Amino acid sequence: MAKITLSQLRHSYDPDAIGEEDFALKMIDLDWDDGGAYALLGPSGCGKSTLLNIISGLLEPSEGRVLFDDEDVTHLPPDQRNIAQVFQFPVIYDTMSVYDNLAFPLRNRGVPAAKVDERVREIAEMLEVTDMLKVRAANLSPDNKQKISMGRGLVRDDVNVVMFDEPLTVIDPHLKWKLRSKLKELHQRVRATMIYVTHDQTEALTFADQVVVMQDGLIVQIGTPVELFERPAHTFVGHFIGSPGMNVLPAEVRDGAAFFNGTKVDLEGAISDKDGVAEIGVRPEYVGIAKTGLPATVKKVADIGRHNVVEAMLGDIRVNAIVENDPPAQGEAVHLAFKPDQTRLYRDGWIATERAAS
Amino acid sequence: MKVVNNRAWLFVLPVVILVAFNALIPMMTVVNYSVQETFGNNVFFWQGLDWFIQLMRSERFHAALGRQFMFTGLILLIEVPLGVIIALSMPRKGFWVPVCLVTMALPMLIPWNVVGAMWNIFTLPDIGLLGYFLNHTLGIDYDMTQDPFAAWVTIITMDVWHWTSLVVLLSYAGLVSIPDAYYQAAKIDGASNWSVFRYIQLPKMKRVLTIAVLLRFMDSFNIYTEPFVLTGGGPGNSTTLLSIDLVKIALGQFDLGPAAAMSLIYFAITLLVSWLFYTLMTKDDAK
Repeated sequence: MAKITLSQLRHSYDPDAIGEEDFALKMIDLDWDDGGAYALLGPSGCGKSTLLNIISGLLEPSEGRVLFDDEDVTHLPPDQRNIAQVFQFPVIYDTMSVYDNLAFPLRNRGVPAAKVDERVREIAEMLEVTDMLKVRAANLSPDNKQKISMGRGLVRDDVNVVMFDEPLTVIDPHLKWKLRSKLKELHQRVRATMIYVTHDQTEALTFADQVVVMQDGLIVQIGTPVELFERPAHTFVGHFIGSPGMNVLPAEVRDGAAFFNGTKVDLEGAISDKDGVAEIGVRPEYVGIAKTGLPATVKKVADIGRHNVVEAMLGDIRVNAIVENDPPAQGEAVHLAFKPDQTRLYRDGWIATERAAS
Repeated sequence: MKVVNNRAWLFVLPVVILVAFNALIPMMTVVNYSVQETFGNNVFFWQGLDWFIQLMRSERFHAALGRQFMFTGLILLIEVPLGVIIALSMPRKGFWVPVCLVTMALPMLIPWNVVGAMWNIFTLPDIGLLGYFLNHTLGIDYDMTQDPFAAWVTIITMDVWHWTSLVVLLSYAGLVSIPDAYYQAAKIDGASNWSVFRYIQLPKMKRVLTIAVLLRFMDSFNIYTEPFVLTGGGPGNSTTLLSIDLVKIALGQFDLGPAAAMSLIYFAITLLVSWLFYTLMTKDDAK
């Protein structure tokens, strides 16, 4: 068990990297608290797996340091870091039984047989695979194989961190939900630090207490699921999390206020002193159809069960609004009202309004 | 309703004809010879199973069969582990991969009789590069034309040189198909190099190794050209393998009947051992 610190980490797969664009990871500074449940969320190719492999020691970073409880482990191989990792595709030892698979990491470390037996049975119990212990691992179904992979990650009780690299990719949708809640439950029981890498926002938000959102090798925001949803620090986070994502409109800043097409838009707080391209961001949940506001034309209405998603055109800018009941008809001229305390200004993508005084 | 269209059989016909001409008809001719005796002039006498009974009791046949099993056994014992070790030590990516692969494939591209002739000249004690070096530089008494042991060492070395590559290439193909995640997981699980080999690489290579062993068994059990060109079965009968003996009986002595009976038994043994190998090595998969 340890606190993990990443300090000024940069990594490039090209040994002659010079420019910023050559780096898969650009300057990462991050602390992972002991016992936390973290999700690392981002689109494919944003550097999540690279970051994970640096923590596990499968990769050595080009620059920067990795600390486990202030001990520098940057150059230590994976087996000396005392970590566990579960991969995207199930890795099992085909010729061994399920029992031997689960016991493998312990036996390799010379744990006494009695203790091995105790741990294996405990983990098998948690994963509900006790009745399969004697089965040859090669004969398992894909989801059971992945359970065994997870089990090998969890079987050691002294690990610093357990990392999951998109572990549910190969699992059938109806089992995904089960395994995910199982993991959450396991975290509460074993209390080890867990890092869960995924590009699926639902997985990230259900598993984690803290979500780290990455894009293009940078961490754009760290926060609880609620924080990410309610106050995205970057338009990317707004886009990536939520369905549909946050609306982003081009804006003009004059006299400390934001304007869209010449109409003043009220924001959550004062505009901070930043430069860059100005944009207004507001989530569809906080866009309402009203008597007054920005005039728009309804292009499409989609009834998705719980509510309606109204797609309206402000000139040639598309804005989504979520409307509970009585949606306007297609082609109808309406007015859109943004809830001011959920409307923010972004500069070059980064948030540029002060938090509303509460 | 399902319409039965028997015209489909027409598509199979060319293969049936081909197999009939290149396998079935020649084979039945051999069966025909094996139960008859001839003294030439195309006159045949019915002999029943006499040739088979005689052969099974023949010490000459037992000796040739024994030599054959020893040869095949030895080359399998050397080529399979050696091939796996070479495949394990070959690079997995980069500039040296094609270099290694081409170098490995070269011996297999050389025709059998050329290999025999090459090794013959190579190992002759007075003019061969290796023969001369062993005798005159190192002072080791080595003459494969006189000494049975030297002859055996030479034919085994020749076969290892010629065919280990096949095992290497097949094992290598098995190795490169193992995803990186397996090695990474093994590292994290703290597995030793031996465990990685035993529990990851070997199981993943098992299928291709089965094929490699089968191919090497069949090829070496039926080997003729190389030892024939290299030693001609000598000195004495010491390297007379089954096929060499068979040709001696059939063409040298023109005993068609006994030779035919021997061919059939030879064929039956090859088939039986191949079947045994395959069944044993794949029995786990069926479970």
